[in-house]
Amino acid sequence: MGELKLMKGNEALAEAAIRYGADAYFGYPITPQSEVIEYLSEQNPYERTGMVVLQAESEVAAINMIYAAGAAGKRVMTSSSSPGISLKQEGITYIAGAEIPCVYADVVRGGPGLGTIQPSQADYFQACKGGGHGDYHQIVLAPASVQEMADFVALGFDLAFQYRIATCILSDGAIGQMMEKVVLPDQKPRMTEEEIKAKYPWATTGRKRGTPHRIITSLDLDSNRMEQHNRHLQEKYKEIAEKETRFEEIQCDDAEYVIVAYGSSARIAQKTIQLGRAEGMKIGLLRPITLWPFPTKAIEALIAKGVKGFLSLELSCGQMIEDVKLACNGRAKAEHFGRVGGIIHTPEEVLEAMKKQIIGE
Amino acid sequence: MSEITLQDIIQPENLVYEKSKLLTDKRFHYCPGCGHGTVHRIIAEVIEELGIDEETIGIAPVGCAVMAYDYFDVDFQEAAHGRAPALATGIKRVWPNKVVFTYQGDGDLAAIGTAETIHACNRGENITMIFVNNGIYGMTGGQMAPTTLEGMKTATTPYGRKPQWEDGTPNNGFPLQITKLVAQLPGTRFVTRQAVYDAAKVRNCKKAIKKAFQNQMENKNGVNFVEIVSNCNSNWKMSAVDANKWLQENMLPVYPLGDIKDNFELINK
Amino acid sequence: MTEEIIIAGFGGQGVLSMGKILAYSGIMQDKEVSWMPSYGPEMRGGTANVTVIVSDERVCSPILNAFDTAVILNQQSLDKFESKVKPGGYLLYDPNGITHNPTRKDIHIYSIEGAQLASDMGNAKVFNMIILGAFLKIRPIIDNKNVEEGLRHSLPERAHKLIPLNMQAVQVGMDNVKEA
Repeated sequence: MGELKLMKGNEALAEAAIRYGADAYFGYPITPQSEVIEYLSEQNPYERTGMVVLQAESEVAAINMIYAAGAAGKRVMTSSSSPGISLKQEGITYIAGAEIPCVYADVVRGGPGLGTIQPSQADYFQACKGGGHGDYHQIVLAPASVQEMADFVALGFDLAFQYRIATCILSDGAIGQMMEKVVLPDQKPRMTEEEIKAKYPWATTGRKRGTPHRIITSLDLDSNRMEQHNRHLQEKYKEIAEKETRFEEIQCDDAEYVIVAYGSSARIAQKTIQLGRAEGMKIGLLRPITLWPFPTKAIEALIAKGVKGFLSLELSCGQMIEDVKLACNGRAKAEHFGRVGGIIHTPEEVLEAMKKQIIGE
Repeated sequence: MSEITLQDIIQPENLVYEKSKLLTDKRFHYCPGCGHGTVHRIIAEVIEELGIDEETIGIAPVGCAVMAYDYFDVDFQEAAHGRAPALATGIKRVWPNKVVFTYQGDGDLAAIGTAETIHACNRGENITMIFVNNGIYGMTGGQMAPTTLEGMKTATTPYGRKPQWEDGTPNNGFPLQITKLVAQLPGTRFVTRQAVYDAAKVRNCKKAIKKAFQNQMENKNGVNFVEIVSNCNSNWKMSAVDANKWLQENMLPVYPLGDIKDNFELINK
Repeated sequence: MTEEIIIAGFGGQGVLSMGKILAYSGIMQDKEVSWMPSYGPEMRGGTANVTVIVSDERVCSPILNAFDTAVILNQQSLDKFESKVKPGGYLLYDPNGITHNPTRKDIHIYSIEGAQLASDMGNAKVFNMIILGAFLKIRPIIDNKNVEEGLRHSLPERAHKLIPLNMQAVQVGMDNVKEA
């Protein structure tokens, strides 16, 4: 199994979707993720697997195509970058309300507004706290390498269909644009009509005579039923939080202080840990792989093991720090350090921040 | 002579008309006299007659027909406001053998959803679009629609729609000829304007809607676009009878009935 | 071993593809690699640069502020990146079109007449491979046979017949790089 290639994160994401047996990609170009639709268009997966690729007239249209094709039982994906994801929020909250499985990738750039095309992690709130209206969540996977850009497509689709939920692959311009080694999975076949109908009885594939018609909607004007629906969603989110929280711990076994970082920042943090350990500091890294659900219990366990402080390292002015602080709940020190505007922190300045803000000299 | 009871009347030999099997028993929430009920009935009859109920996926708009999915016994999806053509595209592209139709009002199709409408039509998606135009926003309570006539009073044009001020500066804009506009696009196969205010018009409208579905079944491309000029007696603040009369006198001169494009060819009048 | 390299020049000089061949060659030598382009709104004639990291360890940040080696192919890039070379590092440049030569005394400076040599070879397209050869001469981090393998992986099948010419250009670069 597997084929070793040198690929951009954006290309790996696109190739992984073809190989997973995705049925369609609907998207709209925006830097720094246009390679996704360019790669798909160049590969012409319609010839390879029957996968449809369509450049929509806008991000709004693209996410609504995803909504409908997902609601018809197909494995569909879109991708964009921050300003485009803001436009997609309408569709994303409808997808949450109507419980439609799908995958969307956000190759984050700096904001607010048009901001910059350089990498950023300033859309953590948007992805994890609900960028659209209503009480909802989606699963947020944070790849830290080109390999994970590819791997999380399959994971994202599997989770999306298991829970009838959107999965967001939240990366950034660095992960999307960089080339690294990647081992690609083998080609899987697309699902057949019979398989889809058997596996997803809720999908609007045309109702069989004598069976109830299927309705995909997020609307219900009956307050009691709407409350029940919301409770049902929350139960589902609780189950996901219990079963699907994913994280990686690096050198945390004996750590007194821990950096919490995801995606690009987690890679910088690894270097910081090497530098710190070389100076005799007992520091480790907690890398959330799911940002929602956030690995709260992992932080609690580290505190129980004696970790005294956490540094939330982000390419933002401080967003994930709120979840770190909630997890600490006053039992350990938690501070934020971040660079923004497209500047990526150096391992050395992160170590300085660790010393100043957390360890205290 | 004994009195005739209800039971005597409800006999198979007396049956002259029945509801399509593809309409559910859910009671319409539409106002009495509104055209939506008639259009729903026509669509249900067409799907039934074509025998495509197991293959059809409908898309409901935001507007008065937002809960159309409750009335049709076929699979349905509810769209965000204006996005029905994008939904139809999404479904049709991954299920090219299904029959996909949108059902939209003037605000949905010609205001907030203009981009989705134009681009689905321009791509020539093999779908059917049903567009009910009553020149006003019904569900939200009678505000101006893109198709509101000049001088027509609505909740947001209480002094009448005034496209421009006296000195020529822009104000409410002009009634949008969206159907003529989509007919100009190379991706539309069949574009027609119909009405349902009397029996003859209902018959014509049914023929047009049937054709709009048949075209989709027989071909691989081309939007089949059926506008139905309808009334909104509640928000026009008229009786149903007066509304239909007003429609003929005021709406039809601006939105004349008839086929506009057939088999990708514009029909010159 | 970790070598952090910036390659910078005009768009169209083959900067990005040189970086890609270098990265692929690194993979062939069982190294960890990253390739990170500058991505801006300019499409043509603007500056193009790419950061390539070749390392024995997992690469941490693909975006860097300081480099072990800068490969410089125009004046703007020299102005921008000369100061970003780590003390004791290397700067390789093509003097063609350079009006202000590099001035740092704390780094090793080399030059290669890439444009001239490519023209002598009768094929302007091998320019970037001459530069790659010059780089590999002063920073011998990858064996020639792995560069050839790297070419095989990064070029499309139809261009494989050009591999001998490209390897010849690498050799020309290696033979002609000079300490400045």
